[in-house]
Amino acid sequence: MRHGRVPFILGFLVAPVTLYSYFVLWPYVQTINLSFYQWRGFTKKRWVGLENYDRMLHADRFWQALEHHAVILVLLPLATIAFALFFAFLLNVGGKGRGGKTAGVWGSSFYRVVFFLPQVLAVPVIGVLFATVYRPNESGLINGVLLKAGLDKPIGFLIEKNLALPALIAVLVWQAVGFYVVLFSAGMANIPAEIYEAAELDGASKVSLFFRVTLPLLWDTIQTAWVYLGILAFDAFAIVSVLAQDNGGPDGATTVLGLEIYNNMQQNRYGDAATYGVALCLLSLVFAAFTLRLTRRESYEY
Amino acid sequence: MTAIIGRDAPGQRSGGQGARVVPKSERPRRKLNLAGGIGHVFLAIWALMIIIPLLWVFLASFKNTTEIFSSPWTVPDHLRWENWGRAWTKAHVGTYVLNSVLVVTLATFGTMLLSSMAAYVLARYKFVGNRIIYFLFVAGIAFPPFLAVVPLFFQVKQLGLLNTYTGLIIVYIAYSLPFTIFFLTSFFRSLPNSVAEAATIDGASHTRLFFSVMLPMAKPGLISLTIFNLIGQWGQFLLPLVLMAGARDKWVLTQGIQEISTSAGYEADWAGLFAALTISILPMIVMYMIFQRQIQAGLTAGAVK
Repeated sequence: MRHGRVPFILGFLVAPVTLYSYFVLWPYVQTINLSFYQWRGFTKKRWVGLENYDRMLHADRFWQALEHHAVILVLLPLATIAFALFFAFLLNVGGKGRGGKTAGVWGSSFYRVVFFLPQVLAVPVIGVLFATVYRPNESGLINGVLLKAGLDKPIGFLIEKNLALPALIAVLVWQAVGFYVVLFSAGMANIPAEIYEAAELDGASKVSLFFRVTLPLLWDTIQTAWVYLGILAFDAFAIVSVLAQDNGGPDGATTVLGLEIYNNMQQNRYGDAATYGVALCLLSLVFAAFTLRLTRRESYEY
Repeated sequence: MTAIIGRDAPGQRSGGQGARVVPKSERPRRKLNLAGGIGHVFLAIWALMIIIPLLWVFLASFKNTTEIFSSPWTVPDHLRWENWGRAWTKAHVGTYVLNSVLVVTLATFGTMLLSSMAAYVLARYKFVGNRIIYFLFVAGIAFPPFLAVVPLFFQVKQLGLLNTYTGLIIVYIAYSLPFTIFFLTSFFRSLPNSVAEAATIDGASHTRLFFSVMLPMAKPGLISLTIFNLIGQWGQFLLPLVLMAGARDKWVLTQGIQEISTSAGYEADWAGLFAALTISILPMIVMYMIFQRQIQAGLTAGAVK
């Protein structure tokens, strides 16, 4: 077995390591470097020090984007996890009887299949789908119904400044919930039925079952969900790019850092684009460190 | 009681207990139905929120513009397949779907091949630098492609691979490596040693051991990760937008659909847009209906420890 060991290891590693270094690692390093230069792509790079950062920190769109990330970071995980926990509980423990049965409500598997479905659709496709759902006249799904029901003027979901961002977040929640229902269901299936039975015998109501048994025992899974959704909140580029009015509009009301990177790139301002990239990177790291600290809490053994 | 209750699927927990309990629990059962009833309302509302938009798009894809505006909720008076034809040829949604299939199939295959090779070596061979290589790969999970997109564009350009399938496929592979390697490494570590030892004693070479013994043993993990990558790469938006912008005939679905949406607005061809949407959604739903168990397992593989 000693024979041919080194060539084998090298042979198996050379392609993945080369690809990864050239297309992933090196560009990451280059981004940081590039953020100190002014560069339009064709001319020589010009060292400008912290000028790009200075311009970024004085740009309204940057602060708007940060604010939107903060809003998404709060609303997306809260709404998604709340809905998903509620549904997962109903599907797994909701139909529990007094006769020692621990079962989900009737039709659980049907709901699980339907809820998960949006996961397999690409986000841009979902964006176009919701562009038709939200359309501000009687041909839009929601406004069509509301106008028939007697509303006198259509709601401009994506046109009104205050509605645009929540409307986008709603789409993200719509897509994400099913994934977390499945995730939490898997977690709940691992909680031994005896615990529920013991609690039931002690006279616990379904509400206290949820808060006293399910929630604490699922804490690790919820933590994972939070991290996943947080990462999603720092992206949101695809949905904003497809669904929002004129490039993160109206009037910058839905812009995110990813979109700013892309816009700067489109205008051949590569140094600025890299600077926004570094900002996004730092924010992701801060979020990661913050979550690790915040969610550290003793987990229950069972 | 404890002996009967398994810990497998949540729905099956109660085992064969029912028959003995039912007669005794007539009254509590009614209570259960009531609680279940309220739960059902919420579950049904959410299910409708998913089904209705999809069904509405599907119906509208057979209507003409007048019908879409005047009677959005009725079944179309006849099936206008010409909408689909227009979407397929004039709006090129067919080309976009086929491009996506081509790129994603090859990229996922490449990802799985390269990742399993690297993961296998990293999981089962001790050598200098093993840890460093592993951690470099794992670090890549934390950062989205966004952070690297500007230099990446120039790296690809330098190789002359902008606006080519090859370029896009290679970049998809490169960005799929970290998670796939991370997952498969732990999978290969968990495989038993005894089979590998037996094969070695029988004189199998390293390469043969990998392809004819270890890969087949890793099949469940490989399937999960294949599905994970297929769906992830199918939905990729930023990379094609940046790397494939100049070659319209090679666009993938995610960038094509946005264009279709915009131009449908200019031409007021709503029926064509609905048909294009249906063509992009329907194949995924059919695939999902067939493989839903595997797909759910594959997509959640990363999150369940």
